[in-house]
Amino acid sequence: MEMTGAEITIRCLQEEGVEYLFGYPGGAVLHIYDALFQQDKVKHILVRHEQAAVHAADGYARSSDKVGVALVTSGPGLTNAVTGIATAYLDSIPMVVISGQVPTFAIGEDAFQEVDAVGITRPCVKHNFLVKDVKDIASTIKKAFYLAKSGRPGPVLVDIPKDVSGHKTEFVYPASVNIRSYHPQGRGDSAQIRHAAQMMLEAKRPMIYAGGGVVLSDSSAQLTDLVRLLGFPCTNTLMGLGGFPANDKQFVGMLGMHGTYEANMAMQHCDVLVAIGARFDDRVIGNVEHFAQVPRKIIHIDIDPSSIAKRVKVDVPIVGDLKLVLTELLEVLRASRQKPDAAEMAAWWKQVDEWRVTGGGLRYKNSSEIIKPQFVIETLHKLTGGDAFVTSDVGQHQMWAAQYYKFNHPRRWINSGGLGTMGFGLPAAMGVQLKHPGETVACVTGEGSIQMNIQELSTCKQYHLPIKVLSLNNGYLGMVRQWQEFFHGNRFSESYMDALPDFVKVAEAYGHIGMRIDKPADVEPAMKEAFSRKNDLVFMDFRTDSTENVFPMVPGGKGLSEVVLAEDL
Amino acid sequence: MRHIISLLMENEAGALSRVAGLFSARGYNIESLTVAPTEDATLSRMTIVTSGSDAVIEQINKQLNKLVDVVSVMDLSEGEHIERELMLLKLRAEGEAREELKRLTDIFRGRILDVSDHTYTIELTGSRVKLDSFIDAIGRDLILETVRTGASGIGRGNRILKL
Repeated sequence: MEMTGAEITIRCLQEEGVEYLFGYPGGAVLHIYDALFQQDKVKHILVRHEQAAVHAADGYARSSDKVGVALVTSGPGLTNAVTGIATAYLDSIPMVVISGQVPTFAIGEDAFQEVDAVGITRPCVKHNFLVKDVKDIASTIKKAFYLAKSGRPGPVLVDIPKDVSGHKTEFVYPASVNIRSYHPQGRGDSAQIRHAAQMMLEAKRPMIYAGGGVVLSDSSAQLTDLVRLLGFPCTNTLMGLGGFPANDKQFVGMLGMHGTYEANMAMQHCDVLVAIGARFDDRVIGNVEHFAQVPRKIIHIDIDPSSIAKRVKVDVPIVGDLKLVLTELLEVLRASRQKPDAAEMAAWWKQVDEWRVTGGGLRYKNSSEIIKPQFVIETLHKLTGGDAFVTSDVGQHQMWAAQYYKFNHPRRWINSGGLGTMGFGLPAAMGVQLKHPGETVACVTGEGSIQMNIQELSTCKQYHLPIKVLSLNNGYLGMVRQWQEFFHGNRFSESYMDALPDFVKVAEAYGHIGMRIDKPADVEPAMKEAFSRKNDLVFMDFRTDSTENVFPMVPGGKGLSEVVLAEDL
Repeated sequence: MRHIISLLMENEAGALSRVAGLFSARGYNIESLTVAPTEDATLSRMTIVTSGSDAVIEQINKQLNKLVDVVSVMDLSEGEHIERELMLLKLRAEGEAREELKRLTDIFRGRILDVSDHTYTIELTGSRVKLDSFIDAIGRDLILETVRTGASGIGRGNRILKL
């Protein structure tokens, strides 16, 4: 039977097992929306802005092992989606975005709502397609899902002109995909793995540094086995939090710009560094020359060869799927009669523990007068037992959430690490809540970030998403303010927001519950009440200390051991 | 250091811009870039002349390999290879200079493709160094137009870049 391109598009999504399609209609996707209307397998979530559609698909993907899917119209629909696509690209999130395009005969004529979607998105997608013939829709969507999920995941855009979605052809969904130029690596090189194992067994000051790749490849169990088998200290990047349980004694906390003192010092002074699904980015190792001053052997395991030796020299590169590589590495280590030298390990742990003391741990001075933002996160952790899904926006609140919410499981911490996209938190929480109905989903945000996609409170109402929004409202774009205080002579240029709305009324206007919390003593009772409302979205407007800063801090361009601790200021 | 990178890619709309976009987005140099279909109509062969430290060249190779449209990549300068570039030059050729220009063209094994009362149009093939030398020998004053294709390269002997 012949079907239209639009019907084929939706059929493909059904074949891929897509539960939710996050989108916003418009002229160029009308055929697709018509096909969507005439079925009920794929549920459409109508957002209020295309950026939110992509972030919601992103949150859905991050909190599961599935591909997120978004649908937007041509022109402004697509350009609004670009921030979301770039967000997913920088964090390697599997996603398929379908965009409408003006009819093929109008392409290039500056038609109404025409932009070069493939051209605009090229630098921020894993791959993209313009489908010019209805016969190619099914095979293209099949490829898109395969590319998005396999290898190093990423967003894939499929741009479908309106006439193509209107034309008819026979529907045949390919059973498999073969792209001759694309062969993601599976197993790692066995000789390299044995070499790495030997190097790890002979290490005197070893360190395991695990990133978002562990979460994306669902290799937390293998990583945890590895760390415990060897007895090494382990740190996670911002993207890797939850990849290794935070309550494990071998966990030294997050590393990087706002990482713990012990994690950064161990990273700097180790003699064998095992990097797993991480990429040595500037927010993680700071000044690359400073990092290279200390001689150390680096073993780097990653699915993407271009991540290896990009910023630092690597001694043992291993390209492969983390789960397969770690499994093989564990086999080699278990079969070996050699064990890490106990005396060396004891001495190294003594040093790490001394750094734990010197650094003073993550700390802040609590107050009975004014709400400290860290206290809000600690309370959130306490009340949810560390088991909530926590999404965040970008800024100080993101760093406090990363520091003070101790993630013991992967895929619970949902944040925009690479691109640092304000406005990510609430729409991402929608995707998480849809994937995990009945689970607690907390969106930690600030009064700056939340206003970048606050319209999504309307979407939350329409689909009854009982997200708990924790807004740490200090009146400032806090991270900007912090940098201005430290590096720009207290000149708070445009970082103060006057004329903020009454967020309680805003929440109520959207049909939700709003709470304003001013006193530290009210933090826990308010949060308890909010979390007891299982079926309601509750917006908590915490009025927090505007002068609070995030510590420890490795200033931009500095080395990991040049950290500023809380009492240094 | 100068490198000549050869690659096979899908002969599809947009493939060239993915490669060009990669170089501009990541700040890599392109000295020249040539591209044309091969005997297999689904594949294009591209030669890129670039320069950079060993680390940068390693990244260029990896990033090119990562592009889904790129089928195969070879750094020709890692081994024995042949490099050729085609140049078309239009020269002011008047009076006594005409004879001298003819002689120089013969010495460089070029060919005069077109002659008018005041001009010669010359075709010359060779390495970049040879073409540069010819320009130096002629002297810039006489050159009216220069058209160079950029280098094309191929490995020697059994070094073959094929699907």
